Amino acid sequence: MATEAVVHQAHQAHGEPNYIAIFIYLAVLTAVELLVYAMGFTTVLKVGLLVALALAKAVLVAMYFMHLSFERRPLWIIAGIPLVLVAFCYLMLRPDLSARAWTSQPHPEQAVGVREGSETSAPAPPAESAAPQS
Amino acid sequence: MSEAAAAEVHGHEAIVDQTEPSLTPGNSGKLGMWVFLAGDAMTFGAGIAAYGALRYQNVNWPDPADWLGISLTAVMTFILICSSVTMVEALSGINHGNVQKMQRFLALTVLGGIAFLACQAFEWHHLIWGEQLSIKTSLFAATFFILTGFHGMHVTGGVIYLGTLLTRSFQRTFTVSDARLVEVAGLYWHFVDLVWILIFTFVYLI
Repeated sequence: MATEAVVHQAHQAHGEPNYIAIFIYLAVLTAVELLVYAMGFTTVLKVGLLVALALAKAVLVAMYFMHLSFERRPLWIIAGIPLVLVAFCYLMLRPDLSARAWTSQPHPEQAVGVREGSETSAPAPPAESAAPQS
Repeated sequence: MSEAAAAEVHGHEAIVDQTEPSLTPGNSGKLGMWVFLAGDAMTFGAGIAAYGALRYQNVNWPDPADWLGISLTAVMTFILICSSVTMVEALSGINHGNVQKMQRFLALTVLGGIAFLACQAFEWHHLIWGEQLSIKTSLFAATFFILTGFHGMHVTGGVIYLGTLLTRSFQRTFTVSDARLVEVAGLYWHFVDLVWILIFTFVYLI
């Protein structure tokens, strides 16, 4: 029983962050995201701002809701490894995929909105020879 | 007196240090959950990385806003953020021995998860039957359904997980030591929230 109390004491040692304040930060950051989305920024600026805001929100959740900021530092390594591997995965994939022809040329099979019914009625003609239907 | 008490406390601390994992003293389940979440994060991360690489400079990629409802998903994001707050309040309740507060907030968290799933079901229904979008329509549609579907399955798992915990709290008396169970479940739920924050930005807003 006493051991349990000590364990609980260790568990409680870090106290509690102000959860409502974290909630308000998250809500405000979400509102700012929507604002950035609605504003007519250039693509680079918009993507940069949105990624930064999303990462800020993710860090807030991990540090305070998941209590990572109160954990022992080596645990951060476990939490951080996926980020490194995902960045590696993206950097390995991108040069290959973005060099493919179907990413730089209009491709009818990749156009969203192609109805499944039209696939069965006739095979899609090549893009160059596609004649507009009258 | 104080020396004896200190020796007793030291004795208990020694027991705790020897039997509990060093990374998460007092709660070995927490370390297990962190390791699981790291693996899960790699799966989600690989999906998001593949999505990003497929989309980068792809002229065939549509503007997501033409197909996806941003306002509905903004509400879904808000619901998940709220459910994260109710989850930490549930943990706070059991940490202070207030089982009723834990039950109340755990129930709210489960409700938040169900509300999120209801919104997602509505969105998928609209896209599949209204817009005729399917996983084989295009890369955009395939990556959308895979990422949001994988996340939706996690939310479903979380609702079952938290629902089971809530049910158990009615079947037997929860004590302060059960805070470990709630904390581990909370880690899972917050992770699901964290992943949605990234999906909301990468899939819907960008």
